[in-house]
Amino acid sequence: MGKVIRILGLLALWWLPWSAQAVLNIQITEGVEGETPIAIVPFAWEGKGKPPEDIAAIISNDLARSGRFRLIAEKNFLEHPHHGGEVNFDNWRSLGVEDLVVGRIRPSANGRYLVQFQLFDIYRKSENVAVGPGSDDARIKQLAGYNLPATKNDLRRTAHYISDIIFEKLTGIRGAFATKIAYVTASGSKADKHYSLQIADSDGHNPFTVLKSPEPIMSPSWSPDGNKLAYVSFEGRKSSIYVQELSTGQRRRVSSHKGINGAPAWSPDSRRLAVTLSENGNPDIYVLDVANGRKTRLTSTTSIETEAVWSPDGNSVVFTSDRSGRPQLYSVPGSGGRARRLTFEGSYNSRARFSPDGETLAMVHSSGSGFQIATMNVKTGELNVLSNGRLDESPSFAPNGSMILYATGYKGKGVLYAISVDGKARQRLLLQDGDVREPAWGPFTQ
Amino acid sequence: MKNYSKLLLVSSLLLGLAACTGTGEKKESTDPVIEDRSGDADAASSALPHGGAFQGDPLDDPAGELVNRIVYFDYDQSEISDEARGIITAHAAYLASRPGMRVILEGHTDERGSREYNIGLGERRSQAVRRLMLFQGVTDDQIETVSFGEERPAAEGSDEHAWSQNRRVEILYQR
Repeated sequence: MGKVIRILGLLALWWLPWSAQAVLNIQITEGVEGETPIAIVPFAWEGKGKPPEDIAAIISNDLARSGRFRLIAEKNFLEHPHHGGEVNFDNWRSLGVEDLVVGRIRPSANGRYLVQFQLFDIYRKSENVAVGPGSDDARIKQLAGYNLPATKNDLRRTAHYISDIIFEKLTGIRGAFATKIAYVTASGSKADKHYSLQIADSDGHNPFTVLKSPEPIMSPSWSPDGNKLAYVSFEGRKSSIYVQELSTGQRRRVSSHKGINGAPAWSPDSRRLAVTLSENGNPDIYVLDVANGRKTRLTSTTSIETEAVWSPDGNSVVFTSDRSGRPQLYSVPGSGGRARRLTFEGSYNSRARFSPDGETLAMVHSSGSGFQIATMNVKTGELNVLSNGRLDESPSFAPNGSMILYATGYKGKGVLYAISVDGKARQRLLLQDGDVREPAWGPFTQ
Repeated sequence: MKNYSKLLLVSSLLLGLAACTGTGEKKESTDPVIEDRSGDADAASSALPHGGAFQGDPLDDPAGELVNRIVYFDYDQSEISDEARGIITAHAAYLASRPGMRVILEGHTDERGSREYNIGLGERRSQAVRRLMLFQGVTDDQIETVSFGEERPAAEGSDEHAWSQNRRVEILYQR
């Protein structure tokens, strides 16, 4: 079908060159549900031996994962240009490509590299290039072009950074590929389980171990400034909440009361943690001042109250409570007060996370058959079930709000998925062996 | 100490066997291998006569009623079943007669639903067992509760068979 349209498009181009734009626009809207067709040409390696990293593959992977782009397969490419001067734009128009990325990696002094890339919108003409008798292609609009120095160790990061630039240029939304995620893994046999808290790139590469323990680790939470992780650890077979500096690895136990010490959630000012404690017999939400350890109680019912999360403006705390008989989401002012029920659809709604703009809540949702990830518009209450698994859990928004990471079971193992907020694109993240769970997407890095 | 460990190991194995035949469910012994310092086995025997020839702490009697140390729950529930009530009552009587003996009540859930909510649910289950024990004369300082939620399943798998074994409170003696 796509081929037929393409041929029709070419014919139209042949006979009616002045209407090319219109024909090609049809082709684009016919494209898979509004995804922008883009081609990323493998970057040239201008050094000796094998290229140190496949930059184009990393960028392609990032953009595909976002659900907003349709990557044109390399086997269809008619040429392999590496900088703007080498591009014959007609070759790309014939493939239905809208945007084109070309680039090269050059070795520079002291084992460093220079990564060059250019992004073209092949249907837009630049205004500031003089109109002349030469090739029309000279006037194709370059949307971005950079020379980026990199070391061997941060070539992947450089690739993610390029993805961020492309994403922002083409969508108007800040890219969040050059960010980190935290998650928990469990490995080993039942008798010899090992848990570890890891940090990795947003695509799951470059994992780094923050903590290893023979006892469970849970609920990693990034401080909004990105410098610290709060988490729950069962060292000594009792739960405690720790706060760990990521730059130094130094950590501090901030809560170790009788019973539950769980579900830490940073306030937007990075100074307080909403936590779950059960020292009074059943789980309630408290707010803990991290510097002085002072705590104030936010809920006090005989039901389970847990999984607090702050609204981005810091004014309210949303939490899970089963005061109605089943777990549902409630909201309470951050300074305390009456709780208001937020969710009414489905038999189970829990573990909410706010989108960065505060307008959407992601949650674990069940309407009776398994557990899926759902989002809810905070104002209208409209619920949208995104995932289709049996045991989906732990949703976490990207810092730009465009994607949600979550955990689920796959072939008897815990794995992570990234899903676009419209639910259209979904990708499994490649991580090491063992059970992976509780992803937490870190904030933007400066 | 070495002999003691062996003895405890053997009795643990026997306990395990007894548990299997008792309920038809796979269970494992969770006894910590720590020296018994309670030292008054006679008092316990008279408090809990079971008619057999077993000598020693009733806790170690492979045919005694303290053999079952796990109670099970329905999905998203913390209500104590009649079967669980019988088990808890036996342990409560034993603990009430030995104020020096301490237990940890470890609450667990199946994997369904969110993890921290399940920590809450496991805690509620262990609190339900604790309250019943307190009602029967066990003192507060004898009992500690901890919830592992879904983090430490007894059985792997994502079906009702595994889930039913994972929704539990384990009574762990600290001796």
